[in-house]
Amino acid sequence: MTEERLIISRKTNNKFFLMIAIGVVLLIAGIIIAALSGGGHHAEGHGEAAAAGHEAAHWSKRLYMNLWLNNVYFTGIALVGVFFVAVQYVAYAGWSVLIKRIPEAMGYYLPIGGVVMLITFLLGGHDIFHWTHDYLYNQFLEDGVTPNPQYDPIIAGKAPYLNFWFFLIRMIAYFVLWILFFNWLRRNSIGEDLHGGTNYYHKSIRISAMFLVVFGVTSSTSAWDWVLSIDTHWFSTMFGWYVFASWWVSGLSVITLTVIILKQNGYLKLVNANHIHDLGKFVFAFSIFWTYIWFSQFMLIWYANIPEESIYFIERLGGNGGHFKWIFFTNLLINFAFPFLVLMTRDAKRQMIMLKIVTIAILIGHWLDFYLMMMPGTMRTDAGIGFIEIGTTLIFLGVFLITFTKGLTKASLVPVNHPFLEESVHHHV
Amino acid sequence: MTKKFVLGIYDDEDVLLQAIENVRAAGTNIYEVFSPYPIHGIDDVLGIKRSRLPIVAFFCGLFGTSFALWMQIWMLGFDWPMIIGGKPHIALPAFIPVTFELTVLCAAFGMVITFFIVTKLKPSFKVNVFDKRSTDDKFVMAIEVKEGVTDMPALNDLLRSNGAIEVNEKEVIK
Repeated sequence: MTEERLIISRKTNNKFFLMIAIGVVLLIAGIIIAALSGGGHHAEGHGEAAAAGHEAAHWSKRLYMNLWLNNVYFTGIALVGVFFVAVQYVAYAGWSVLIKRIPEAMGYYLPIGGVVMLITFLLGGHDIFHWTHDYLYNQFLEDGVTPNPQYDPIIAGKAPYLNFWFFLIRMIAYFVLWILFFNWLRRNSIGEDLHGGTNYYHKSIRISAMFLVVFGVTSSTSAWDWVLSIDTHWFSTMFGWYVFASWWVSGLSVITLTVIILKQNGYLKLVNANHIHDLGKFVFAFSIFWTYIWFSQFMLIWYANIPEESIYFIERLGGNGGHFKWIFFTNLLINFAFPFLVLMTRDAKRQMIMLKIVTIAILIGHWLDFYLMMMPGTMRTDAGIGFIEIGTTLIFLGVFLITFTKGLTKASLVPVNHPFLEESVHHHV
Repeated sequence: MTKKFVLGIYDDEDVLLQAIENVRAAGTNIYEVFSPYPIHGIDDVLGIKRSRLPIVAFFCGLFGTSFALWMQIWMLGFDWPMIIGGKPHIALPAFIPVTFELTVLCAAFGMVITFFIVTKLKPSFKVNVFDKRSTDDKFVMAIEVKEGVTDMPALNDLLRSNGAIEVNEKEVIK
């Protein structure tokens, strides 16, 4: 088995930079438009209080929300790359060896994700998270006698977990742990390429097993922190799973799409329809898994109909003037019905064009899914999908692609000394 | 009615796969190959088309979905309307779990029953064991002999030259 090096041409790299440049232009245009027209829009929608109070911060809030949305989305995808590799190791999987370098390289985005997350939280924390406002926690005003009208006993009750410092420490801890394990796994993988032997393999299994424990806890808690706590009063025990399912199926789509694009450009020659088929099964199965989690969360809340729980879905359906209704149903259509019906047959999972269409749809769909998780609780009726949204997404996509492809070029696409490489080459389903 | 078969006995999987290809290339029809365990890629060399069972599964599943929805909508919406938990008579989200279960049930049962019918698998089904060693450590390739058409010495040579360790003849009651 020979090494296979990916070469990213200057032209391709320029395309990624162009993507970022277009994103920046759109973002600036969007901000200017929002800053100029924000006032008029506000006055008609919210009355005087809103027009006077929040108007100035409007576009910056929208910008922070977009930074947060895209960063959570892309960080999740990068994390899923590491998770995928770890799962394959722990399961002693042989089939995935040929494509293993792709999820492995996804993790290179994690440090950037960490920095952007930290900066966005420090700058825009008040715009993103209602619970960060200090006035919510004081039962009395400064004189110590007058009750504070803004005191929120529910949020105050969550203070031991949801407070600035603990939140910050958790965020840093997640990224430190994730990056640590990513680097550890990656170092072993590259060491195996250079020196061979099964030591690296056995060590990788142990590292992966440890990472899975870390991931099991942090994927849930990070989902509570970064997404669930936006709707501070609301709670759902399914939420960690829900965000994981969304990340996981998006990550699988990125892996599948990358394998297909590399294959169509003449790389990954040993990968055949059987590997593609298995990736297709993953995408198919986990889009159903996401739907299962979605429905489990929705139905229990809908059936019990407890106001403090059902407010979440009211905000996304009839509430907010029906502002999010179309995204709510598009979400289900694009993330469940479409992949379910299109990828059902064996042939569809073995055809690259079908998988390409479905994975791109899923990636757009799950971006919308995160949009739907974050925007109703913060932007309310001011949320939209315009220049700011498209621009920010393009910037993040460009940065992700640059780090991801750079990571891919750093090692051979074929892990030449992996003990299961031969099995993967002869994979047959 | 009895049918006569020529049995080529093989003791190696790779030799067998190669032999199947060569025998088929020589224009001989293989009736069946018996093996103690499933062999990767044997369907392709034998030219066996993929099963159409998934199509049956899809339509059985579709039937299950439609039946479950119709049943619940008709029962709870029209035949005996009841208010449960303050929900409308036709409360779609509440019907989904039952619909899901019936879809799976119908698809699974439909597939199994279709499989039994197509393969004629029933309690009185009698299996012709061509050579008992095919349940242990040998692979058996069975070729039907057509009286006056099959050139027996040539067939014998063909099988032996492709690695058969034995070539036997056997009459089987069909």
